[in-house]
Amino acid sequence: MTGRVEGKVAFITGAARGQGRSHAIRLAQEGADIIAVDLCRQVDSVPYPMATPEDLEQTVKDVEALDRRIVATQADVRDYDALKAAVDEGVAELGRLDIVAANAGISSVGRADELPEQTWQDMIDTNLTGVWHAAKAAIPHLKAGGRGGSIVITSSAAGLMAMENIGHYVAAKHGLVGLMRTLALELAPFSIRVNSLHPTTVNTPMIQNAPTYALFRPDLENPTVEDAAESFLMLNALPVKWVEPIDISNALLFLASDEARYITGVTLPIDAGCIVK
Amino acid sequence: MTGRVEGKVAFITGAGRGQGRSHAIRLAEEGADIIAVDICHDYDSVGYGMSTEADLADTVKAVEALDRRIVARKADVRDAAALKAAVDDGVAELGCLDIVCANAGICTVQSWDEVTPAVWQDTLDTNLTGVWNTMVACAPHLIAAGGGSIICTSSTAGIKGLPFLAPYVAAKHGVVGIARTMANELAAHRIRVNTVHPTGVQTPMVEGLGGLNPLIERDQNLGPIFMNTLPVESVEARDISNAVLFLASDEARYITGLEFTVDAGNTIR
Repeated sequence: MTGRVEGKVAFITGAARGQGRSHAIRLAQEGADIIAVDLCRQVDSVPYPMATPEDLEQTVKDVEALDRRIVATQADVRDYDALKAAVDEGVAELGRLDIVAANAGISSVGRADELPEQTWQDMIDTNLTGVWHAAKAAIPHLKAGGRGGSIVITSSAAGLMAMENIGHYVAAKHGLVGLMRTLALELAPFSIRVNSLHPTTVNTPMIQNAPTYALFRPDLENPTVEDAAESFLMLNALPVKWVEPIDISNALLFLASDEARYITGVTLPIDAGCIVK
Repeated sequence: MTGRVEGKVAFITGAGRGQGRSHAIRLAEEGADIIAVDICHDYDSVGYGMSTEADLADTVKAVEALDRRIVARKADVRDAAALKAAVDDGVAELGCLDIVCANAGICTVQSWDEVTPAVWQDTLDTNLTGVWNTMVACAPHLIAAGGGSIICTSSTAGIKGLPFLAPYVAAKHGVVGIARTMANELAAHRIRVNTVHPTGVQTPMVEGLGGLNPLIERDQNLGPIFMNTLPVESVEARDISNAVLFLASDEARYITGLEFTVDAGNTIR
């Protein structure tokens, strides 16, 4: 049976682990080749360990095990020239570009009136400007491919609702919705669709760490995952603590496929009902 | 390869033709059995013909040609008791219920001062109360099954104030409200509730709306509100069915409370 994105090429940022790796594997399972980038080093204001070159190498192995091709590069979404070079080289090798998963993102914590300047700037540079960079680098290739395309931006439930203690994250993720909607208008004449994903808490290294547990349980000194899980559960309408990366990847796959050929401008929650609640 | 809704049972209203039939076929292609209802009877207030018993029989044939089972009944979504009987009979025969497509709808075109009391009432009764009746008839079966997916067909008219469609717009906005409430009330049972919002779909209902263009010509400012962003005038029933399939499948197991536009960007203009 033909894969649901057979013959397409997908560019994925933040592809070394977590949702990005899951996206690479899910799209490869359905027939896509992959251009993967990840920073693979630490951002100082981020309070948990970020992905490593070994993580990105694992994504390469996972995609190659599915008999799909992958071009992986260490690149920072904050650095437009580096990102553009990575996309250009990937397209030169794989032949075209159809799908963009602008997924790379960081998380950090602090009340809006206490956030250090650098923490704010790193967040906006990575989670908002980094997505614009990915789109800007990719769009010429989507247009040149002549078959339209699908850009999927990873926002968050926090892109559609306020959450305390992550004002910089909420600001960046709300900003992505505006960018998504404008890109959807600007790119529609080229049959390039643009949509955003809005996950609730996802079971990845970005949330499975002590600072995030403390964010969700400010009442406790050293909260454990079990302590935080009670708050994660309260956030959602469906009776689940968190969703898995594969759930986000399945939504991405649908939007990337031709089954969604007339879907553009959608803010798609994979949020266990936390927004409707 | 296993179908994406293999082993599930779907209840579909308005299954005689158009989007409803397309949903039945798409879900059956991916392994679902179908409980289908349609009114198969015309409305005095609606200028185009509803589907017929022959149409519903064609849906049955199309599903059976895919080697899936289908239980089809003539039933009016405005009649809660008849709808409940159809659902209960279908579940008794097919064993369970997992997916609900509250799809049946009517549409008339007229300016606000041409909306008759009968048109207002028939539209609200069918497009809003009919969705409610469908949910009420089906929810107990989904609770018994331990979860499920309800997909209500709204419209771009459930998001925008489309002119010359006042009763339709009111009903389709109302569908969003009850879907959100039911998403919250049924979440504890792992039942997801979402709406789909098509732009114009190539079906007999939309073809029956031929009267729109003369009304738009009365006020040129109102024309662009019907325009899509992507360079297509309308979409096909199968495009809506693909969205319904995604929401019905376990791939969307944590998606609830979504207004899913399949509208070629109509509502972001």
